[in-house]
Amino acid sequence: MSNTRSTSTHELTVSGRVGVRDYVSSGAPYVWLTASAIAVSIIITVALLALTAVRGIAHFWPADLLEASYVEPGHAPFPVLAEVRSSEEVTVARLINAGIPVSEDQDLYQRLLLKVGNRDIYGADFRYVLDEWMQERSYPEDATVWERVEWGNLHGFLERVTRDGEVIAARDQRWDAYRDVQKRANGLREEIREIEKDRIGAVNYKLERLRLAEKRLQLDGKSRASDAPAFAKIDAERDALKQRYDTLNQERGDLYRELGRDSITVRTIDGDLHEIPLSKLISGWQPNRMNVFQKTGFWLEHFWQFISDDPREANTEGGIFPAIFGTVLMVILMSIFVTPFGILAALYLREYAAQGPVTRAIRIAVNNLAGVPSIVYGMFGLGFFVYFLGGSIDRLFYPEAAPAPVFGTPGLMWSSLTLALLTLPVVIVATEEGLARIPRSIREASLALGATKAETLWRVVLPMSSPAMMTGLILAIARAAGETAPLMLVGVVKLAPNLPIDGNFPFFHFERKFMHLGFHIYDVGFQSPNVEAARPLVYATSFLLVMVIVILNIAAITIRNRLRERYKALEH
Amino acid sequence: MSESSNTGAAPVEAMGEIVAGKAPGMRARYMKDRLARWVVWVGGLGVIGALLLIFVYLLSEVAPLFASAEFEPRQSFSVPGDAGARTLFVASEEQAEVGLRVTDRGELVFFDLFDGAVRQTVELPGAGGIASVSQISAEQAELAVQDDAGGVLILRHRYRVSYPDDKRLITPEVEYPYGESPMTLTGTPVRSLVVRDSSDAVLLAAIDQDGSIVLKRNEKTESLFGDAEISEGDVARFAPAVEADALLVDPQAAWLYAIDRSGGHIALYRIVDEPQLIGRYEVGAAVRQASFLAGGISVVLVQDNGEVSQWFPARKETGESYLARVREFALKDKADVTALGSEMRRRTFAVGDADGLVTLFYATSGARVGQHKLLDEPIELLSFNPRANYLLAVGADGHMRGFDVRNEHPEISMSALWGKVWYESYNKPEWLWQSSAATSDFEPKFSLMPLSFGTLKAAFYAMLFAIPLAILGAIFTANFMSAEMRQAVKPTVELMEALPTVILGFLAGLWLAPFIETNLPGVFLTLLLLPLSIPIFGFAWTRLPQSVRLRVPDGWEAAILIPVIVLVVWACFALAKPVEAVLFAGNMQSWMDHTLGIDYDQRNAMVVGVAMGIAVIPTIYSITEDAIFSVPKHLSLGSLALGATRWQTLVRVVMPTASPGIFSAVMIGLGRAVGETMIVLMATGNTAVMDPSPFQGLRTLSANIAVEMPESEVGSTHFRLLFLSGLVLFVFTFLFNTLAEAVRHRLRQKYQTI
Repeated sequence: MSNTRSTSTHELTVSGRVGVRDYVSSGAPYVWLTASAIAVSIIITVALLALTAVRGIAHFWPADLLEASYVEPGHAPFPVLAEVRSSEEVTVARLINAGIPVSEDQDLYQRLLLKVGNRDIYGADFRYVLDEWMQERSYPEDATVWERVEWGNLHGFLERVTRDGEVIAARDQRWDAYRDVQKRANGLREEIREIEKDRIGAVNYKLERLRLAEKRLQLDGKSRASDAPAFAKIDAERDALKQRYDTLNQERGDLYRELGRDSITVRTIDGDLHEIPLSKLISGWQPNRMNVFQKTGFWLEHFWQFISDDPREANTEGGIFPAIFGTVLMVILMSIFVTPFGILAALYLREYAAQGPVTRAIRIAVNNLAGVPSIVYGMFGLGFFVYFLGGSIDRLFYPEAAPAPVFGTPGLMWSSLTLALLTLPVVIVATEEGLARIPRSIREASLALGATKAETLWRVVLPMSSPAMMTGLILAIARAAGETAPLMLVGVVKLAPNLPIDGNFPFFHFERKFMHLGFHIYDVGFQSPNVEAARPLVYATSFLLVMVIVILNIAAITIRNRLRERYKALEH
Repeated sequence: MSESSNTGAAPVEAMGEIVAGKAPGMRARYMKDRLARWVVWVGGLGVIGALLLIFVYLLSEVAPLFASAEFEPRQSFSVPGDAGARTLFVASEEQAEVGLRVTDRGELVFFDLFDGAVRQTVELPGAGGIASVSQISAEQAELAVQDDAGGVLILRHRYRVSYPDDKRLITPEVEYPYGESPMTLTGTPVRSLVVRDSSDAVLLAAIDQDGSIVLKRNEKTESLFGDAEISEGDVARFAPAVEADALLVDPQAAWLYAIDRSGGHIALYRIVDEPQLIGRYEVGAAVRQASFLAGGISVVLVQDNGEVSQWFPARKETGESYLARVREFALKDKADVTALGSEMRRRTFAVGDADGLVTLFYATSGARVGQHKLLDEPIELLSFNPRANYLLAVGADGHMRGFDVRNEHPEISMSALWGKVWYESYNKPEWLWQSSAATSDFEPKFSLMPLSFGTLKAAFYAMLFAIPLAILGAIFTANFMSAEMRQAVKPTVELMEALPTVILGFLAGLWLAPFIETNLPGVFLTLLLLPLSIPIFGFAWTRLPQSVRLRVPDGWEAAILIPVIVLVVWACFALAKPVEAVLFAGNMQSWMDHTLGIDYDQRNAMVVGVAMGIAVIPTIYSITEDAIFSVPKHLSLGSLALGATRWQTLVRVVMPTASPGIFSAVMIGLGRAVGETMIVLMATGNTAVMDPSPFQGLRTLSANIAVEMPESEVGSTHFRLLFLSGLVLFVFTFLFNTLAEAVRHRLRQKYQTI
């Protein structure tokens, strides 16, 4: 329609030069204002997406290490080897307020945020410095960053590589030698992890099941005297498991000894030498020596690690794999719950219920449930699903686990049910819309050919409205993937020791608590002890979550548009 | 559409009756048809029922909050043990199974609370008569017993719980923490003995024969194994400012209340060092009973004129302490009060009268929570067990009767939820939310006002940011934008709606809040200059040569503005630092604090307003745009044909027609802002302050639920109160949305008729 109109700003173009009075009375300033409102909205949207994307992506880019001497008046020069994280202008009053001895002659100063690393030495990873006090700047080729198992990154220079206390490489080969021993250490660590987490974990899991089985027997009124074979079986199994545990434990001990073989000596920027065993190091790189392609490769590698690794150090380091896994699994489970029931409800409302005021009221009520705050669904989930349903299940089926709850505590199952309830209105509304779009003539044709109502629905109506259902489901998934508040009540935790699916019978453990991307963002960003260090990681997580949701939404919009095109032809 | 399927279905059924019985294949098909119908009905109604269940469930969790106390009598029995002796003290233990009666003959009788059978009798050492018994600490079950000679013996009645043969067995015990030999105070029997047992001393206080108050501090040294050694201290003596015949000393042994019961006077002393008179106060009538409430801060006085009053020390604005008469409780028809009993952990107390009627009050809310006729005779003693689910009443004729009390949520009344309440240790009535503390007997502060205020404040600032942007943006999109641009713009803005709020909250809390804090002048400068610069740019545009202007196609003005706005905003922030340095001495926050007295909080309502505004812009924008776009074209065309300008047409014709739609858009946006959780949780400090300033934090109902729900004890008042706030949110948003939906429905019908 807008094409047929010319806007008021253009009306004025006809008369050539206009005065201020004409300009105002024509209403054009207001039109410009309305235009600016939509422009601002678009800028905000794009800026938000760009901000998360840039910060999230930049996190894995290996920043150059700046070596400099920080000369604060009245203090001894302080050598730094750091990544420059950000730079901003600060007024002199704020600096004086912060106790920094700056001269008042200058109004504004440039302040840099440096990541100095070496938290175990300096106490903090980050440091604010004034740009003009940074002297003797250089980017030494052999400056190295090490990612450590704990205490964050280490910045320094590699001095020598030691094996069993003997120096094996000190000069030119030391970097290559380090790369070799690092690779070996990482391999060993992987083996240890596999033993600890998978194999010993499985043994522990089975032992716990045996304990519960024994308790169950006792609860059923059986005792060692009355039912000796059952107990003997349990004892035999337990002994076998304990033996297995001992073997594994020995294997693990050997691997740890192997891992402790090598160490390196690092010279930090203040000249101190630190000997660090390889068991504490994860990787090392020399960013100043890397070219763009190497950096890109590094970026890809680290991004992959980010999405495939477990978190470390209270979630502020390492990857977010369990959070991705938990989110995806929860969404899949939710889809399994929500799809059939949403479609059934929509079919009922559109195809079977008498279209009277009652149905209309139900329809409005269902619509409006989509606007009810998600935290209310969370409360309902906690009270009804977790405490009432879960508590009842525990009493009926898991008396042996008492007092530890099995289902009577927040978990994956209840989370997906709660979110299914939360997204039901979305699916119902979308499906109903799809059903309403199917031309009456098509149904009538089917019925006229002798099909029953159910057959018409199943063979004609449902296939034709499937894209609408798909849209509804995708919108539901997009909403569920980003929803966090209710999950905080019904099942997410900051760190889940086990995934809800693993190799232990019965393989699916839906009663377990799980990690979630949205909650991960909240937790790491707001509850972690080292927010500054964790922030880039949160941006990266946000970026991932935004990407998933944007893609899902674009998919939904595309499907919806295609669907509309497809049935436009049928409508007459 | 749906009618079509209904009418379509009818002939099939009719046909079914004709042929169904004949062809077996047909029968199966009709079976399937019926089965499908049945499945859809059950499934569909089940789903809708499940959704309705949310409301019902919330209601069922909330309902008990407003129930009043109930009493269920147990068997009545005559006093256990020596019936001839006078009962000085009764108590019952946690499980309400075993009771204790202390007689004036020096016997501790433990008895079964179900049938009155004596479980055990303990003779006090010394075995003389007993003059008085006073409670030292209910939590420690510690008593001070004064014998006829004036010696004071301290004892504890303890209950060991064991489970032989899986059945609970409660064994009462008596301990003497400071030995079995009595302490002395004056050597002669004293009146109104009070003993306070703190970690470093045992304080004895009483009124002696000639009416003066005696105080004695016995220093306590505790060995590593917990054995206490008492060294007797000196007796201090002073004459009180009133003719005291009752004494109260708070558990911290800081305040002493000397009460002249018949005269109706109280004198308050501070006794941390030397006794220091704080003031002398008129009660207004003779005092019948006086007792501390749980926590030992408030004193309850039952007056002769049928009033019950609550008092505690407070401070005036000048800083001096005084004894405040905090509130009154109305007894029904001037009852003749004979007994007063208070709970151990909550501020509930029971008042018993000569008719055997007991009234329960909750001090904080000032509410009467229940009333029941317990006995047919005057009540002499009332005693709650520690869990406050059992009340033991002793009648004047020596009969005892126990009652199971169901009084789960006395804390809640309309005035406690919404009114200003004068809490203990505060100096005036206030609206406060503080649901938990470290001690078990603290006074919970359950005012929903600060939370509701925070919710509305957050929503207000969000709407302040969102409404102009969303509605003006929608106006331009629907009226002036070219179709191609609209096709790109609308999905972009709608995409913003899908952005998880946790990300908006994170950006608001960790990026926007520090950014605004360091760039506050830039923000104000932008707010000031951006709206000004746009019309000026528009005017400058008219002065550009036509060749330039015509290069921009019709309806793409918003696109030209994007670089302009970016430039203006950038310039504002670049200018801001020098401006701050020159005008605000380099630090706008401290300037605001010093010259305007405005505190600045980093995570404040302004940040929330922007972040939540961004979250609701798409909602409002999308619905408004639809409403304006679907205004029938002939209306605006008619207006234009009559010579109105575009803007006049918009303001006079299009907007009035679309206004119900815009209203419903705002309602839906408001509903979303009110219930939003993650953004407020992350972008505010979550402090429940009631300050309308945009630079102060807030706490909303929803964030409060998210923070406190996981730690709340199931079924407790706090738990149910959180459900109540959830229910409030539910009803509120549901009503808003229904209203909006109804308005939109009317509008759609109106458009159809035009």
